[in-house]
Amino acid sequence: MSPSASGRIPTDLTLEGGAFNLLLGTTLSGKTTLLHMMAGLDRPTGGEIWFNGKNVTGVSAQKRNVSMVHQQFINFPNFNVFENIASPLRVARQSRAEIDRKVGEVAELLQLTQLLSRNPQELSGGQQQRTALARALVKDSDLVLLDEPLANLDFKLREELRDELPKIFETRGCIVVYATSEPAEALLLGGHTATLHEGCVTQFGKTAEIYRRPHDLLSARVLSDPPINTAKIRKTGNRFILNENVSWPVSRALKAMADASYTVGIRPHHISTSSTTDAVMVVGKVLITELSGSESTIHFEVDGRTWVSQSSGIHAFEVGTEANFYIDVARCLFFDDQDKLVTV
Amino acid sequence: MSKISLKAMKHSYLAEPGEDADWALRDIDIEWSDGGAYALLGPSGCGKTTLLNIISGLLRPTRGKVLFGDEDVTEVGPERRNIAQVFQFPVVYDTMTVYDNLAFPLRNRGFAEPDIEIRVRQTAQMLDLEERLFTKAAGLTADAKQKISLGRGLIRPDVNAILFDEPLTVIDPHLKWVLRSKLKELHRQIGSTMIYVTHDQTEALTFADQVVVMHDGTVVQSGTPIELFEAPRHTFVGHFIGSPGMNLLPCQVKNGVPYFFKNKIKTVSKSLASAKGASLQIGVRPEFIAFSEKGIPVQIVKVSDTGRYRIVETRHEDTMIKLLAMEGQEIPQGGAHIQFDPAFTRIYADGWAVGEERA
Amino acid sequence: MSQKIAHPKAWLFVLPVVLLVAFNAIIPLMTVVNYSVQETFGNNLFFWEGVRWFQDVLRSERYQASLMRQLTFTGIILLIEIPLGVAIALSMPRKGPWVSVCLVLMALPLLIPWNVVGAMWNIFSLPDIGLLGRTLNGLGFDYDYTQGPLAAWFTVILMDVWHWTSLVVLLAYAGLSSIPQPYYHAAKIDGASTWAIIRYIELPKMKRVLAIAILLRFMDSFMIYTEPFVLTGGGPGNTTTFLSIDLVKVALGQFDLGPAAAMSLIYFLIILLLSWLFYTLIMRNEQQ
Repeated sequence: MSPSASGRIPTDLTLEGGAFNLLLGTTLSGKTTLLHMMAGLDRPTGGEIWFNGKNVTGVSAQKRNVSMVHQQFINFPNFNVFENIASPLRVARQSRAEIDRKVGEVAELLQLTQLLSRNPQELSGGQQQRTALARALVKDSDLVLLDEPLANLDFKLREELRDELPKIFETRGCIVVYATSEPAEALLLGGHTATLHEGCVTQFGKTAEIYRRPHDLLSARVLSDPPINTAKIRKTGNRFILNENVSWPVSRALKAMADASYTVGIRPHHISTSSTTDAVMVVGKVLITELSGSESTIHFEVDGRTWVSQSSGIHAFEVGTEANFYIDVARCLFFDDQDKLVTV
Repeated sequence: MSKISLKAMKHSYLAEPGEDADWALRDIDIEWSDGGAYALLGPSGCGKTTLLNIISGLLRPTRGKVLFGDEDVTEVGPERRNIAQVFQFPVVYDTMTVYDNLAFPLRNRGFAEPDIEIRVRQTAQMLDLEERLFTKAAGLTADAKQKISLGRGLIRPDVNAILFDEPLTVIDPHLKWVLRSKLKELHRQIGSTMIYVTHDQTEALTFADQVVVMHDGTVVQSGTPIELFEAPRHTFVGHFIGSPGMNLLPCQVKNGVPYFFKNKIKTVSKSLASAKGASLQIGVRPEFIAFSEKGIPVQIVKVSDTGRYRIVETRHEDTMIKLLAMEGQEIPQGGAHIQFDPAFTRIYADGWAVGEERA
Repeated sequence: MSQKIAHPKAWLFVLPVVLLVAFNAIIPLMTVVNYSVQETFGNNLFFWEGVRWFQDVLRSERYQASLMRQLTFTGIILLIEIPLGVAIALSMPRKGPWVSVCLVLMALPLLIPWNVVGAMWNIFSLPDIGLLGRTLNGLGFDYDYTQGPLAAWFTVILMDVWHWTSLVVLLAYAGLSSIPQPYYHAAKIDGASTWAIIRYIELPKMKRVLAIAILLRFMDSFMIYTEPFVLTGGGPGNTTTFLSIDLVKVALGQFDLGPAAAMSLIYFLIILLLSWLFYTLIMRNEQQ
């Protein structure tokens, strides 16, 4: 299974079945456009879309065997849940016995069995979205497109469905493409991610891999929440120099890096408030502290830049005071003057 | 500015409410002191927005009183309560510029133009709206519009409280994070009482000093984020706060000692005798479970990587237990043993923590 | 930008509409164009006249007078009906059992056939037996719409306002109902006065429907025929002879088909031009 979409986005994408394919980016980064092109609702200006070895670029949505679930809960308001789920099968003129069997199966999977005779407006948001998902599933589509399906749900419901979704699709042969604007959601869903920025795919690969080894600064930024901390840094001989007070020796793995100016990227949880071995200390002025009960998020200022440290446990600081922060330098990412990740 | 108290409050949208289910709000007794940052946290339909509208005066409660300081304002309309409110969807006056939008609440109250200009500029500076002061508000992005709504709340010098009704709903996750910290910073700068309603625990816990958790029209627990996290009084709080939520495991008591299947469990809960006859659960957060040499034997079912930590799903008998492993920490393959931290393990009887007062 | 996918059979669905438009708009219009450039004496005998009819019509004082009358009438009723309609819509209840009562009452005048409206007002305003006529004369006014031009204008305008303000009310009300509740809440909390709420929330949010209301009333009033025809027949003298009434007189009364056709086309172009101007002005405003 390998449809590849190379639309107005100047990168080829090959999406496969088996695991989730995530499109991650902010509003207007091109996620929905890409989904619409895969669905056959829009036509790419240039380039082609191939599905299972067939060019489907000009083929309309009706002929593509695609299902789509939207951010808004879209169901037929005058049909009950059963009829809603059955609607694509009725269009396909399947036999009554077949419809009963398939709807029953999908309803079971999505825990809708008790609700089949209700109308959508009598359901909670989570149940409505489950109904929409069931309708997408019942069709046995080759391609299932999910456009921020959890965005309009309560935090906890989102968590539950996020857990269920991969399980639901696990046994099906279809290709799932899931658009989201939340980095945390992408990481939790796993699978493969394409990071999007202003209509361009900046990177495509295993989600956790992009997180640990982003090809460039843009991808690192797209897949980070809170935002990745950055600063200019100089490599001179065998030391990295952040400013006149903070420098550390270059590790053996990075010895081959040329002496030059780089951008260092440090994820917030790699800056701790307590000292660990091999950590390098910076002094910063505390701007905001957010203590959530399980973790502490401290915004602080270093050399006129705002950095964020995120760590488990409760670490209270007085706002406006100077405090010590410890950078886990072994996990820093270095980007060259083209903003590409330095690999040696 | 003054403290806000809600006394013996009940509210129903029905004309003649009878049983519990008819009430949108029940038994609300809350006192908020001046200048605090508070959050009302709960799932949709728990009554939090109703409560907010009662505070702002848009709704009149069926029973009970609203006090600002010592003054009973239950019957006072919203325009005379000196309250500012920011809604879920940004409200801007389309025909006005950003400047006029911000100035609007002051002009309505007859402030002098020079004073208005000073305050508008201050507020715009706090919200990074200075460059757009003289553009029409209609064409701006959702987050800029929400900043204007926010600004109209912040600009008034005399407000008793600023109320936020899920203000970050329409904001992109990247900007959500920025605006969230901005609010926190503004609270520090301005010092007025702020009450923040949300279903998102991260927003509530990071913003507020004191969080009120609501469920089915009533307050389940009110406390600091740390209290709610470390000592949930009800299983609902345990489940609702924390991501993933608290593990709730079956519990049997033999000779006054709690057991999880065949494993003796040490907990902070005392006097289990009082919980006789109730259905018992052991509650322990994923954060307080660790792999160990010995302890409860489990099978590892699934590991999901969130970058910073991994969520490990394990199984003992037929019960799933989730725990967290930090980045870089070794996770055993297949079978392993886990241990609960006794200081953060509690017994719950019919949902309520044993040995603590019921609400 | 991406393009929509073209469906090869889609044009089949549009075909019935194309045929319909051809039969009820394009073909009749072309017939009129045909007449406007020729002279005919019946028996399908035509003589080419070029633009002569157009020149005649444009120079004719009679045509200019009825055009002026038409513009005045349209201007007056727009000035009355739009603010009045908005005011009524604003004062209507937004919820509760009275909503449907008000809406039905408002819709009533719109349900009455146009010639019935004319006949109703004809009787209603008769100076000797009509309620309005008797009352006005009783109050000391010298009121007789069959004699006094002022009285005739007054009656025609009153009739139009009675008949059509409801349309503006319904449209404005629809616009008002779509304003989300938080806007009102926010305004209350901002301490806005009732007038400020109207000025800064309700009117701006009603802009689109009001634009449609004005456009509809403008086009409709330009085409007004039945009611004044039944009420005054264009009199006294020519004082309420609006464009359409004049047109019918020329075409069917005098059977001057050429000038009548030219007149219709000019009439048509004026409506088209003014509507277009009006629409672009409003839309440009919208974009800023």
